[in-house]
Amino acid sequence: MFGLWNFDGGIHLPTHKAESSLAPMQVAELPKELIYPLMMRNGEKAKPLVSTGEQVRRGQSVVGADGWMNPPLHAATSGKVRGIEQRLWPHPSGLVGDCIVIDVDGDDESVEFQGTANYASIQPGELLDKIHAAGIVGLGGAAFPTAVKLNPQPYAIDTLLLNGAECEPYITCDDSLLRHFPHEVLGGAKLLMHILGVNRCLLAVGEDMPDAIIVLEKAQSEGEYGNIHIIPVPAIYPTGGEKQLIKVLTGREVPAHGIPAGIGVICQNVATAAAIHKAITTGEPLISRIVTITGRGVLHPQNLLARIGTPIAELVEHCGGYTDSVQRLIMGGPMMGFALPADDLPITKATNCILVAGQGEVIHDKQAMPCIRCGACATACPVSLLPQQLYWHARADKLDRLMEYHLPDCIECGCCDIVCPSHIPLVQYFRSAKSKVAAKERERLKADNARLRYEARQARKEREKLEKAESARRKKESLARATEIPKGMGKV
Amino acid sequence: MRFPTAPAPHLAPTNSVTRIMLAVLAASIPGIVALFWQFGPGVLVQIPLALVTALTVEAMVLTLRKRRILPVLMDGSAAVTALLLAVSLPPLVPWWITVFGILFAIVIGKQLYGGLGYNPFNPAMVGYAVLLISFPRQMTAWSPPLALVGSNLSFADCAAIIFQQESAVAFDGLSQATPLDMLKTQLGLQTHLDEIQSAGVFGGMSGKGWQWVNVWFLMGGLWMLRRGIIDWRIPLGFLGSLYLLAMFFFLYEPAVYPSPLFHWFGGATMLGAFFIATDPVSASTTPRGRLIYGALIGVLVYVIRSWGGYPDGVAFAVLLLNFAAPTIDHYTRPRVYGHSR
Repeated sequence: MFGLWNFDGGIHLPTHKAESSLAPMQVAELPKELIYPLMMRNGEKAKPLVSTGEQVRRGQSVVGADGWMNPPLHAATSGKVRGIEQRLWPHPSGLVGDCIVIDVDGDDESVEFQGTANYASIQPGELLDKIHAAGIVGLGGAAFPTAVKLNPQPYAIDTLLLNGAECEPYITCDDSLLRHFPHEVLGGAKLLMHILGVNRCLLAVGEDMPDAIIVLEKAQSEGEYGNIHIIPVPAIYPTGGEKQLIKVLTGREVPAHGIPAGIGVICQNVATAAAIHKAITTGEPLISRIVTITGRGVLHPQNLLARIGTPIAELVEHCGGYTDSVQRLIMGGPMMGFALPADDLPITKATNCILVAGQGEVIHDKQAMPCIRCGACATACPVSLLPQQLYWHARADKLDRLMEYHLPDCIECGCCDIVCPSHIPLVQYFRSAKSKVAAKERERLKADNARLRYEARQARKEREKLEKAESARRKKESLARATEIPKGMGKV
Repeated sequence: MRFPTAPAPHLAPTNSVTRIMLAVLAASIPGIVALFWQFGPGVLVQIPLALVTALTVEAMVLTLRKRRILPVLMDGSAAVTALLLAVSLPPLVPWWITVFGILFAIVIGKQLYGGLGYNPFNPAMVGYAVLLISFPRQMTAWSPPLALVGSNLSFADCAAIIFQQESAVAFDGLSQATPLDMLKTQLGLQTHLDEIQSAGVFGGMSGKGWQWVNVWFLMGGLWMLRRGIIDWRIPLGFLGSLYLLAMFFFLYEPAVYPSPLFHWFGGATMLGAFFIATDPVSASTTPRGRLIYGALIGVLVYVIRSWGGYPDGVAFAVLLLNFAAPTIDHYTRPRVYGHSR
């Protein structure tokens, strides 16, 4: 038996998984349009590779790569580019920005895909190039560029972790993936072990997903998947958080300003592993993923294998449409997902769940009372922070105290928020405080920069002054020498 | 289709202040029943008096502060303060003692600091300490347990005494020193502990009547622990250090120092450990801090009982540790994930 470690804190939440996992997974039909927001990780605008009226095919790159941190984006099916339109971005900010909008023609004509089943002979570096070219990012929700993560120079890696814990309520897309495509996940694990040069893989599966565990173990016995250990992990939220999962499976803690690679571990979501397997073996880039559509606001909650760029309205339609009790549309889970103002927004690579919340599922108005210092927040925090102190200091805008109490370590999981008996919206205070800290840091850098430039200017002025004085002196000297009456000439 | 948005997390909170306060009130019922059973119906007059006073006074202060009244009254914290003070007082104290104590506790001990969550001291104990120091005669006129006296005062009789202050009857015929008080006096007179404890005032474990009250408050406290209403660290710290300290001195000089069980089931120990010291607003908040906080309260209770000027030290011990709680918190911060310290 594989022994597990514990992380401090965490809470038990009603899982609400049966609603969507019992229903059979379906393949979503082709959407009528595809929308690709032109937003990059650093907030800058991406440059489209296609223009209005251009015909695109499935798998064709529509946004090019911009360095390793911005992998390319591919069209999920064939159609004609209607244009670059200003649309709402699927982002918590609710900002409007440029999006490529494609009118789908229904032919699903695709470009030639070039895959290779025999990847063991290919160098890891080349495989990383292929992963980057396939546009693969982390499918657990954060969408970090996978090729960057899998290149952990200069750290030595000894363990690969695959995250199938899926601890957030309502979300069952990873459960669905494991039950329907276990060989893709296990094959992806093998591929990743080859790329990283490790011979140990720990595949974490939530304890509340027994069917997935059974299917995985059966698939493992059918193929050559040595050194992959399938490990059930407790269904405590947030066991699936990367730092918490690493602690649970390996007992190691990711250091405060470091990355997991620094302690020899690389963690990937199971869906990312499956996408990598698909990209290398078949050549198909990342153009589809499993999305859970659930909640009391949708008639038939289920998992859908959907094309990236599909408008949410069409996915909800596939699931039978909205019910009368629909109240909120959430992209993500109920703890960390963000609410959407409209349903004509597309799903992105990071979308794991669309929670169409209905009657009684979400809270509307939280009347915050004073903090009674009960400490329930500290007990629940998976990072062992003191949310109570962070709250007091955030309200008082004491930014240096916030840093002393390690505000940047907050993973915004929402555990403290849920257990607070005074119903204080703690996560909002912390997000706001983090942005204030970041703004102050930017101000400080700007001020430092301004100071350095001022000092350099002063130094330059000094230098110029000296040089001027120097050259004036030299001029005077040479003039004096030139007008000097030479000896011996005398008066004529 | 358009939707209203709201920030994450979207799930409803699992707990509320009102639920916690109601649970505390419910957990105190066994102890109140024990008080009634052992000492007569006086406590059943004091409690409604205290409750009405507390809610009225809080409403008045909130009006002065121009705050909304109903949400604050409904959070139940004033009711809990009233209840805890009412059961801490001698059951037949005149009504104005109770009213004055509540006034002080709610207005000065709580609202003037900013209301719930801002008070550094336990409001009930602030009220109790002020009463004890200002009106020592009335505050030490405890009723004897019914088992000893045999006189059955009815509810109406108690109400009459409390509201009409028939003082001669109230003090001479109806009051008697508590077991802890008697212990302190007799020990001061160099009487041997065995001799003292054979007096009728003492039962099997501790003072007659009082030991049952403590047992029932303990039951209520354990129920609260089970339901997760209070943290186990403060009661464990308190009872643990009290036991260890008492055991140490008991073994050292059994003629002078009573047994640990005597301390556990005498005076206001169980009420203090589970209901008073666990008041979240004034207690320490970090996990290790709570153990230290509880342990130091136990130490102080023992010190005051054995060598201090008052027979029971729970109120003062709690108030003194309320002073220390922020410092304890500062030095017991938990280690954050990913940091070495």
